[in-house]
Amino acid sequence: MRRLLLAGAGQGLALVLVSPYLVMLLTAFKPAGELRTTPPRLLPAVWQPGNFLDVLRDPAFQGWLTVSLVVALASTALVVVAAVPAAYYTARHRFRGRAAFLFLVLVTQMFAPTALVVGLYREFFELDLINTYAALILTNAAFNLAFAVWILRAFFASIPREIEEAAAVDGCGRLRTLVGIVLPLSLPGIVTAAIFAFIAAWNEYIVALTLMTDPAMKPLTVGITTYVTAYVQHWNSLFAASVIAIVPVVVLFALVERYLVGGLTAGSLK
Amino acid sequence: MRLAEQEALPTVVANTVVWVAVVVAITLVISLGLAQFLNLEFPGRRVVRWALIVPWAASLIMTSKLFVWIYDYYFGVLNHALVSLGVLRQPVDWLGDDATVMGAMIAVGVFVSLPFTTYVLLAGLQTIPGEVYEAARVDGASGLRTYRSVTVPLLRPALLVATVLNVIYVFNSFPIVWTLNDRNPGFGHDTMITYMYKIAFKSSLRDVGLSAALGVVNVLAILLAVFVYLRAVRWREQEA
Repeated sequence: MRRLLLAGAGQGLALVLVSPYLVMLLTAFKPAGELRTTPPRLLPAVWQPGNFLDVLRDPAFQGWLTVSLVVALASTALVVVAAVPAAYYTARHRFRGRAAFLFLVLVTQMFAPTALVVGLYREFFELDLINTYAALILTNAAFNLAFAVWILRAFFASIPREIEEAAAVDGCGRLRTLVGIVLPLSLPGIVTAAIFAFIAAWNEYIVALTLMTDPAMKPLTVGITTYVTAYVQHWNSLFAASVIAIVPVVVLFALVERYLVGGLTAGSLK
Repeated sequence: MRLAEQEALPTVVANTVVWVAVVVAITLVISLGLAQFLNLEFPGRRVVRWALIVPWAASLIMTSKLFVWIYDYYFGVLNHALVSLGVLRQPVDWLGDDATVMGAMIAVGVFVSLPFTTYVLLAGLQTIPGEVYEAARVDGASGLRTYRSVTVPLLRPALLVATVLNVIYVFNSFPIVWTLNDRNPGFGHDTMITYMYKIAFKSSLRDVGLSAALGVVNVLAILLAVFVYLRAVRWREQEA
């Protein structure tokens, strides 16, 4: 009986949490004429799934999607390539400045690009990198690196040293041990770090808003806001585009959810 | 110090304090309840966890736009629901009325902060061994007594982590205030972060130098929070 009550309360709670996004989904299905009805209706009178196809066929949307994909994938690749050796080395070796290094990594995680965006703008302006992929890729990679190092370090540290020693006894070199033994064992960690870096870059807004002023170089987060401005109000297109952007990251997020807390709190909670 | 001469500064600083303090406080209270709830065994618990993920994973700018639509004076579902239920006698212009803008932004701020906070507190609750509760029961402690003397002290590290990280995240938060306050002229409802951005890129000032000066103040504020955080989690070399 108690379990049933709890289950009922749980489903109610879940509904409350997703209810704003249900409004988003239902509005995305409405024809333009139904957006401005008083009183507002929750459900569309006429369901128009074509809104999603229209958005997907919109050349502007395709451009934003391309920018988002390029930036998110490239910055994720950069994060993984840089974080794996950094995390492995700090997990396995004690060296001078190791604590300082980890401290610095922790501090960069606390700084959202928001507080630094004016400086970033000046920097990329001087480098003549405004409106380039490089600017967004580098910034996203830099800000997502800290989390990746922390979460990977925990994974590497959890692999018993004995396994590596056994590999060395069997004649494996350092690199061979890393590639053949350690990386496959820490694959969940690498996947988690990569997914997190991808989502963070995918959702990034303020740096893109500042550095990407050319409409052809805007990512999704910035681009879709042009569906609703002072002059045009395509709320259905805005929300159809938002649903398309949100669903994949929610699925990715669900895959790594249980590892995220450890990474985001930098191991301060076991 | 031209920064100190800016008329809007006292308002902006006050807004920032209210924004951070109220969002973090309400988030912690609700998350504590949510975490306790999710720590219980019941069928369908995974569904609740998945639902909780959505506001966390979704882009903040998209969530903010969504709430602009929900809060809409004429066509928003919020006014319609509240008026139909008899809570309000007439619709409210949530994002246009000086009296309600901050409250409306805070509600969204809390909504998007709940998932991370709940997850951290849940992780904290799960570190408390069941034997401790058994011992409390054997000693005849009541439910409330157990909560006060066992759960709260053992949850303290998780609470500290959740508090300080939230202070940093909410202080840094840009898209919510930027989007929901978009209609209002001036700096009456800006935080230090959106104010800094507006000085450099949007206002008639277009003053990168002034904005950078405020940026330095912002960075110092975050550094202070980081320092408190490190003290709170007792970050030490041997633990690294």
